[in-house]
Amino acid sequence: MSSELFYKPVTELSSLLEAKTLSSVELTQAIIARTKAVDTKVKAFNSFDEADALAQARASDERRAAGQARGPLDGIPVGIKDVIAVDGQPLTASSKMLANFVSPYDSTVTKKLKNAGAICWGRLNLDEFAMGSSTENSAFHTTCNPYDLERVPGGSSGGSAAAVAAGEAIVSLGSDTGGSIRQPAALCNVVGFKPTYGLVSRFGLIAFASSLDQIGPFGRSVEDAAITLGAIAGHDPLDSTSFKTEIPNYRAELTKRKGPWRLGIPKEYFGQGLDPEVAAAVEKAISYYEKMGCEVKNVSLPHTEYGVGVYYIIATAECSSNLARYDGIRYGHRSKDAKDIIDLYFKSRAEGFGQEVKRRIILGTYVLSSGYYDAYYLRAQKVRTLIRQDFLNAYKEVDAILTPTSPTPAFKKGEKAANPLAMYLSDIYTIGVNLAGLPGMSIPCGFSKAGLPIGLQLIGQPFKEAELLAIAKSYEKAHDWAAKTPNL
Amino acid sequence: MSAPTDLNIDHVAHLARLALTPEEKAKFATQLGDVLAYIEQLKKVDVTGVEPTAHAFPVYNVWADDVAQPGLPVEAALKNAPVQRNNMIVVPKVVE
Repeated sequence: MSSELFYKPVTELSSLLEAKTLSSVELTQAIIARTKAVDTKVKAFNSFDEADALAQARASDERRAAGQARGPLDGIPVGIKDVIAVDGQPLTASSKMLANFVSPYDSTVTKKLKNAGAICWGRLNLDEFAMGSSTENSAFHTTCNPYDLERVPGGSSGGSAAAVAAGEAIVSLGSDTGGSIRQPAALCNVVGFKPTYGLVSRFGLIAFASSLDQIGPFGRSVEDAAITLGAIAGHDPLDSTSFKTEIPNYRAELTKRKGPWRLGIPKEYFGQGLDPEVAAAVEKAISYYEKMGCEVKNVSLPHTEYGVGVYYIIATAECSSNLARYDGIRYGHRSKDAKDIIDLYFKSRAEGFGQEVKRRIILGTYVLSSGYYDAYYLRAQKVRTLIRQDFLNAYKEVDAILTPTSPTPAFKKGEKAANPLAMYLSDIYTIGVNLAGLPGMSIPCGFSKAGLPIGLQLIGQPFKEAELLAIAKSYEKAHDWAAKTPNL
Repeated sequence: MSAPTDLNIDHVAHLARLALTPEEKAKFATQLGDVLAYIEQLKKVDVTGVEPTAHAFPVYNVWADDVAQPGLPVEAALKNAPVQRNNMIVVPKVVE
């Protein structure tokens, strides 16, 4: 199965393109054909623009013919989460509010991808405004897990993970506010990388919780994720929270760094609620690192249990502020039967937003409201400091931390839809990384007896992406889980 | 397990300029009651003397040179406006 063109890694495809045994048009046609063949089942895409993709592919082939190819991503179709702006393409956030919005400009990441020659391919489904862990909150449809179509792909970047797992894109971009790249990566047997806060520009990313949001890549291998990360990372004057830091050649660093590393196992991530099959797979991965000579030691992140609580105060507070811009005036849905301007705000927002978005706006408005700010928001920011210090203390002794990505494999559609708190708790292992601003990734580490993928989360030190990718690559070399592709 | 809270949905929905149906109000009161009860555990943490974190890696005094940059042409900027006329967005009357 993995001999299929659409399942080949960037590294191999770029060699074929370079050798001119393959053209970008042929590759893009293969991706379009694959998408048409399987997306009626997977439903990873909100929309795609064949003509636009093929025009980009022809431009790539012409560059290459003229000897002006731009590197490993030139001519490679990259799927884009429908919350990242691409000039001239729809930008819906999977919300009725933006159902007809067409972006008049490029995000910094898609500008960088285009500069690298990549083909921005399709608009990938998500939970509305990236709020959710299953894509069930999409206003359009729920994406299916390619390994079991009755189950969710995870979220919010469920379309980005499922598209890569199903061969509908070679790599893709998602965004991660509380686990929205890593959790779907774990549930769909792909690699997902959330960079250090500030490494990748947020310009052109629809804002959810601005102090937590980061854009990052999905790939079917660590090397593909590393190549894509390298293309999108870097300081951007258009994002005042973006960091001025040297961007190494992540791909080259992969082969230079061989360990052994000092790895921490936080006991707080292996307690109640962890599925036994997930625990077993993660422990087996940990024992691989022990066998290769790594120093594996227990570390403590004592404030872990407060992570979800802190997150649902800070993230909802920021979202209630960020989503105030959707007022029916300048863009987005405008109610047809409002009697005056104030009524227009109330009705446009009521008609345009779905249930989870409304729920979070209410919670966020409440925790910021007069009389409650100190008790909720300020206290949450202080506990956030303690969560961050826990990680920084652990990093005095270890280079990286290993945990499960998600407490369970993919759950069934509808299983948690009626219970927001249960859904929120599915992010329990990923949220701390966002609160602390750290780089984190999920890599495949096995399957449950029912054939569902399991992910290992690796959490790194700030701005040490290269180290983290090398640690992941070491495991991947010895375990070819990506070879088990879904039956579609 | 919905817990008693001070959450006054009508007041908060008004602050958020969000019209909610009676069904939504009832449902959110219960669901957010559960979430707020869960969040109560933060009160157990001793935060004496702890500084709040707004950003993991705060960057201060980010200045840009005061130079005009090309912006979006009017047509592109207005492309997504719900109603427009003469290069302007049409809005309901706001003054009597």
